[in-house]
Amino acid sequence: MSKFKTSKSNKEVPAISTASLPDIIFILLFFFMVSVSMRTNTPLVTIHLPSATQVQKLEKKSLVSYIYIGEPSNKALGTKSRIQLNDAFATVRQIPEFVAKERQARSEAVRNLLTFALKVDKNTKMGIVTDVKQELRKSNALKINYSTLRAKNE
Amino acid sequence: MSKRKAPEINAGSMADIAFLLLIFFLVTTTMNVNTGITRILPPPVKKQDTKVDVNKRNVMQILVNSHDFLLVNGKPGDLSTLANAVEDFMTVHGGDNPNYPETKEEYFPELGQKILMTKGIVSLKNDRGTSYDMYIKVQDQLAKAFADMKNQASLKYFGVKYKDLIDKKKVDLIDKLVPVRISEAEPENVGGNN
Repeated sequence: MSKFKTSKSNKEVPAISTASLPDIIFILLFFFMVSVSMRTNTPLVTIHLPSATQVQKLEKKSLVSYIYIGEPSNKALGTKSRIQLNDAFATVRQIPEFVAKERQARSEAVRNLLTFALKVDKNTKMGIVTDVKQELRKSNALKINYSTLRAKNE
Repeated sequence: MSKRKAPEINAGSMADIAFLLLIFFLVTTTMNVNTGITRILPPPVKKQDTKVDVNKRNVMQILVNSHDFLLVNGKPGDLSTLANAVEDFMTVHGGDNPNYPETKEEYFPELGQKILMTKGIVSLKNDRGTSYDMYIKVQDQLAKAFADMKNQASLKYFGVKYKDLIDKKKVDLIDKLVPVRISEAEPENVGGNN
């Protein structure tokens, strides 16, 4: 017989408090909400990627730089395809500078492994894409990747 | 005066609400996996107008015009048969068939034997007015043709598919046996002002 007697002396196991469960779930929720939009450029151009069957995964996201080409989302800017580098519209002439900056941002050991992913809308004409490719060639950024979706049927 | 206690709000369902939100975000999120076709651009050339003398027989010309129509070796082509045509062209055919590219023997120390290699090149030329969609489709078909040939070579020499090869040396060997020879010509501006 214990000395400390409870007033009612019932032997029931007390229910586990679930009051902190929402907090745990909320932490998870916040983690996902935050991590989802962590590193994306605000797209200024609408891009519907083409699809292809022979696609490879791009490894090492830190070694990929993106070049967006497509019609401006803002209809007031017309329907001519524009290039977007980082968060702003750019012209073809700004590409060498962009390449240099992207290279500078990486450590020297991995600079040569830098891939430029071209995210191009499927209705874009090849003219502007070719101009971009020529500029990349001139800046010695030779590893490129045409971003495509994986086609459903193999 | 009776002692009143404020009724406690039942927080049990709070977890469910949070769960719903969590699942909603989980479903709607696309952890955007980046996929695409990787290509290596040719290094820049200093001198313009360097004529490379390539035997016409060794070149498979693919032209894409501004209306997204194909011309393969001077004849109208079709996207669905392009991969097979490229494969056929790049495969070594016995004898000295003038319809197919020239061949030369190369010695591979890894295999310890001489192998007949084709000298064929696929030349892709597009117009500035070609749509990117079509360009990717053609590139995809070319990639498919070369991937098929790599698979065949891998099955022939190692008995497994190319993507199942683990040994880096074997992968390199197959890459050497089936080189991806796609030459991209500077585009023309014929039918388009883009």
